[in-house]
Amino acid sequence: MRLIRVVGAGAGLALAVTACSGGGGAAEGDGEVGGTITYWDTSDAENEGPAYEAVIADFEEEHGVTVNHQFEDFDDARDRFDRAAASGDGAPDVLRTEVGWTADFASLGYLQPLDDTPALDDVDDFLDGPWSSAQYEGTTYAVPQVTDSLALLYNADLLAEAGHDEPPTTMDDLATVAGDVSEETDADGIYLHVEGYFLLPFIFAEGGQWVDDADERITINDPEAVAGLENALDLMNSDAALSPDLGESYDVMMAAFREGDVAMIINGPWSMGDALGGPAFEDAENLGVQSLEAGGPTGGHNYSVYAGSENLETAYAFVEYMASTETQSRIAEELGTLPTRESAYAAPAVEDHPIVSAYAPVMEASQPGAWIPEAGQMFVPFDDAYEAAVLGDVSPQEALDGLADEYQALLPDWE
Amino acid sequence: MTNVATTVQRRRATPARPPRPRAAEPGPLRRFLRTHWYAWALTAPVVIVMSVVIAFPFARGLWLSFTDADRRNVSTRIGENVTPATYEFVGVDNYVAILTGDVGDFWARLTWTVVWTLACVACHFGLGLGLAVMLNRRVALRGVYRAVMILPWAVPPFVSAFIWRYLYQGEYGLFNAALRGMGFPGVEWLGDPFWAKVVVITINVWLGVPFMMVALLGGLQSIPGQLYEAARVDGASPWQQFRHITLPSLRPVAAPVVLIGTIWTFNQFPVIFLVTGGGPARSTDLLVTYAFRLFGDGTYGVASAYGMVILGLLLVLGVIYQRALRREGQAW
Repeated sequence: MRLIRVVGAGAGLALAVTACSGGGGAAEGDGEVGGTITYWDTSDAENEGPAYEAVIADFEEEHGVTVNHQFEDFDDARDRFDRAAASGDGAPDVLRTEVGWTADFASLGYLQPLDDTPALDDVDDFLDGPWSSAQYEGTTYAVPQVTDSLALLYNADLLAEAGHDEPPTTMDDLATVAGDVSEETDADGIYLHVEGYFLLPFIFAEGGQWVDDADERITINDPEAVAGLENALDLMNSDAALSPDLGESYDVMMAAFREGDVAMIINGPWSMGDALGGPAFEDAENLGVQSLEAGGPTGGHNYSVYAGSENLETAYAFVEYMASTETQSRIAEELGTLPTRESAYAAPAVEDHPIVSAYAPVMEASQPGAWIPEAGQMFVPFDDAYEAAVLGDVSPQEALDGLADEYQALLPDWE
Repeated sequence: MTNVATTVQRRRATPARPPRPRAAEPGPLRRFLRTHWYAWALTAPVVIVMSVVIAFPFARGLWLSFTDADRRNVSTRIGENVTPATYEFVGVDNYVAILTGDVGDFWARLTWTVVWTLACVACHFGLGLGLAVMLNRRVALRGVYRAVMILPWAVPPFVSAFIWRYLYQGEYGLFNAALRGMGFPGVEWLGDPFWAKVVVITINVWLGVPFMMVALLGGLQSIPGQLYEAARVDGASPWQQFRHITLPSLRPVAAPVVLIGTIWTFNQFPVIFLVTGGGPARSTDLLVTYAFRLFGDGTYGVASAYGMVILGLLLVLGVIYQRALRREGQAW
């Protein structure tokens, strides 16, 4: 038995491999909308969930179908869908795909092509940025749901107390204002969340990029990107910033901002509701939004249909409904998320919504992503490299050189 | 035995009766099956299940470790999208890449895994033995103590992991609250590589001590009391009794449980995965959690090779350990 136990340790790993190569289910429907579909929702179940539940209930009633609406943790959803789709077992009919995942899943054959299906409706109405993330090799594999980008969120009272009536517009100003807040008030100036995606504005500000997909070049260790990382580290390690807690970086950022312990953070529109729930922003006017120097990355989410779905017609109808102008407006009105349809902004309740209007200039400035299949796998090593640099294990240049090596393994044909 | 032997001899001694004619002498396989068919029939279900759940995946994993399989080139068939398999045999490339450190951060992971295993098993054994000795004495409420001590073992590891994670939480955790209450600054338990390592070792020790304690307690109770009486008569001190009676007598129990504990700890997945997720900056990733990460990245070929290397390490460890024990006259 002893040997068997030892062998079993390796076999467990081997088992995981075999699980990744099973056959898929058949894709056939009776051509009518009905029955049950499963939808994996990666939105924030607590803050955003109720609004989505309400619109989905209306869809169920309208079409006499059942939507098995499951909230999946965003951080795990990519891996879980990857495993489920590859093994042909347990994948949902419809999935909320982050813009960076869509090309990845499409290239692996997990997603159903949506051109000429009922899922796509009035396609010219979609904004260019989100729409481009739904395309892979000339085919549409998703329908844009929401778009977003990173901006500077600030506590106007704290800035005023430090003598700044206007928020900073450049990274240099940001450091100055953060320093003043730390000196003049009880709060710290800024908290930087240690995650690669949140570092991008600093890299953009120096004129850097993580990859250049037009020239097929890995640019994450170019001097501009290194300078961006150095600036972020300098700021983080200065007296102006609350030093980051790598264990729970995001939660600490939001808690400190909500409580008024820190005056500025960099975050997206999804966090506005969370921030407004805190004592520092009982007066919503106190929460300011400012575009970053060279913009943030274009983020957002799409609806995708699993190619192995056994109820494609209902999945199409569901996606069409969820991405329709009415649904987008309704959700935007309630949550302040940014619609992906031009027409959805026309409703006054959306256009004048404080969060939507605050983020309009942010979206203008945002930089388009590289919609390549490998993008989905590029975040984790980016986070690790950023953490290593923050810990001081390696210099910024070494951290990004190591990251470039990992990207080279993902993109062997690139320069 | 003697009876059987004499019977055989007596038969040989009486050749008067002619041997019964037979159609054909059965072959060795036939004879083997005829003698043991019952045993085979009984073990067949186990053998079949074992080959399905262990041998087949193992063989497949071994094969994959010699290929460049990843999530892009294995075959998938999902709905109308069919992707044929295009991965290729690459020989020992994956193993070379791992052992030279080109992929998978192998030596750093191995170093930490060894440190982790030694630290955990040493604490398991030391604390387990101490507790076992205490509980082996006649004390009031011994049964209650034993039940309480075994509790960590009965709790599912993921529950323990989440509870501990909460206790160590930087802002709201109990430990930092206590530190701040005493006027010290809080410690970034899970955000600092050194403290994160201390935290995961502490949790795993807490989880593993009960098993060691129960095993050793069983061993202690099997030591005959006369040995101690005789030693006391000879004037041996308690420490001498422990050193020369308890420890040697425990060896038949201690040796296998230490090996099992070493293998378990070496491959301990839930604690690392659930408490730190391998972070910060991969500092607490063990070989196994790292192999899991490689699977998550979809590099099946490299990940399988990684698994095989881990298996190889444990086999070597097991063999060396057994040899060492045999040299000391312990067979088990």
